[in-house]
Amino acid sequence: MRRRSLGSRLLLGVLLTLIVIVVVAVALVFRLPYSEVATPERTAFDAALINKGAQLSAIGNCETCHTAPGGARLAGGRAVDTPFGKIYSTNITPDRATGIGAWSEEAFHRAMREGIGRSGQHLYPAFPYDHFTKLTDDDIKALYAYTMTRTPVKAAAPKNDLKFPYDIRELLVGWNLLYLNSGAYQPDSSKSAEWNRGAYLVEGLAHCGSCHTPRNSFGAEKSDAKFGGGTADNWTAPALNASSPAPTPWDAEHLATYLQTGFDGRHGAPAGPMAEVVHNLSRAAPADIKAMAVYLADVIGPPSAERKAKADALVAKVESAPPEPARDAGLSKGAVVYWGACAQCHEPSRLGVPFALSSTFSLASPHNALHIIIDGIHPPAGEAGPIMPSFAGALTDAQIVDLVKYARSSFSDKPAWANVEDEIRRIKNGDK
Amino acid sequence: MIKLSVNGKAQEIDVDPDTPLLYVLRDDLQLNAAKFGCGLGQCGACTVIVDGEAVFSCLTPVSVLEGREIKTVEGLGSETDPGPLQRAFMEEQAAQCGYCTAGMMMRAQALLQKTTSPSDADIIAFMEPNLCRCGTQHRVLNAVRKAASLMKTAQASPAKQPAAQGAAQ
Repeated sequence: MRRRSLGSRLLLGVLLTLIVIVVVAVALVFRLPYSEVATPERTAFDAALINKGAQLSAIGNCETCHTAPGGARLAGGRAVDTPFGKIYSTNITPDRATGIGAWSEEAFHRAMREGIGRSGQHLYPAFPYDHFTKLTDDDIKALYAYTMTRTPVKAAAPKNDLKFPYDIRELLVGWNLLYLNSGAYQPDSSKSAEWNRGAYLVEGLAHCGSCHTPRNSFGAEKSDAKFGGGTADNWTAPALNASSPAPTPWDAEHLATYLQTGFDGRHGAPAGPMAEVVHNLSRAAPADIKAMAVYLADVIGPPSAERKAKADALVAKVESAPPEPARDAGLSKGAVVYWGACAQCHEPSRLGVPFALSSTFSLASPHNALHIIIDGIHPPAGEAGPIMPSFAGALTDAQIVDLVKYARSSFSDKPAWANVEDEIRRIKNGDK
Repeated sequence: MIKLSVNGKAQEIDVDPDTPLLYVLRDDLQLNAAKFGCGLGQCGACTVIVDGEAVFSCLTPVSVLEGREIKTVEGLGSETDPGPLQRAFMEEQAAQCGYCTAGMMMRAQALLQKTTSPSDADIIAFMEPNLCRCGTQHRVLNAVRKAASLMKTAQASPAKQPAAQGAAQ
């Protein structure tokens, strides 16, 4: 037998390597479809499993993204604005033609664990499978039971509006290789069971980081800036780590109160996208919310002695503030609006949070403050929750700007906001 | 001095600039239709219209209203010459104790100035901020519906009708 030369052995090695790479790439890109199955009957699922799925779905906030404003529940069609274009949520009711009625449990499992649809298509990470991958098999089972027993709705979601090349789903293979750590949550044995439950929920199902962590230019959460703050629909999602801007530091007790009841006297009420999250959480088990609060309080970290002293001094100052403004020098325009429109509710020991204790006026952007004043805070029809009237009719844009500038300088120690007029115009134009 | 325009009439008031409009209407201008229900923008009894928008007069400092048009129930018509909204509320008997009624009427007026044919769902959603403890909500809904059609057919005042009836005979 003739021995092969070094050159031809090298060529063979390179060719084999190339073949392996191509095979692996093809396998990654072209995922096998799961066959359609008969839509399971409700009786196929244990009632307790469906209930468990309902509670998990409340924490996962499925309904908020998968329901269009004024649309049928879970029938999709809600637009998510991204830097790459608009993505529309899909119909996840058990309708066979337009929803997931033909999906087997395995197909559902793969979607949650790896972000691949039934037909093998790559799903955009606007669907936060990079978080849902942390779910246990049992919880995915419960979510399947819940989702497949909802009311089927025939509604095809609008086509995504993504710029080239982001409309090429196969490119997500690269994104997933870089940014998806698939697999269920692994408990930290050095921490309590409650902490681990909280971590499992926060990092997985509740996907808090999707809004509260900044993203890089590929739209992935920055792993070196976990919970460093982000945006949702142009609202500011404040930092939930050591950079938390809260004037009085969050602890587990206050976080649990806020998430469970939708109001905390030292921090205020959630508004914008967070209001929907907290409304859904009112259906979750209180022990789970407490666990999430315990974990998040640990992420935020206990305050330094200096920060605690500053916060205590602030609370004392707020609680001893005179109930009427000093009128001798006259009131500025912003002060007039504050005392005439806001003080009735927002002065200490009244209904609303005192401005000095609300993060809203300490954020880098005036967006949240402006948006809350314009929209007000309204619970969904028939549900309990904090109420704040909208001031868009009573106050002109210029008057809202005066108010917000006054509040920033009187109730925070941060520098003046630079772009208030631009921001209010953006909000009023619906630029979101 | 603060200059206001209320129901088309110029007024000059000498009050602190952060005084809520409700107090000026009742104490200084004797326009007592708007009522104090909560002082917190949570009940709607104080609702008036400013530049076409329904606002809570208990939470609106008068100084922000200079140069803007304020309308109260007194501007919708009078006892002898009620406007279509007032006629509708009277015909549907949409009042029990009457405390919420002025606020209800102003919010309804704001709706009908924006939408001439609101659906029942539109009316119910728009009127949501106004509370009624006596339970007249259904009659208020009927009254707003009737007011919409009255405004469209321009049967604005019963005072006009006797003349028309006389002419028809």
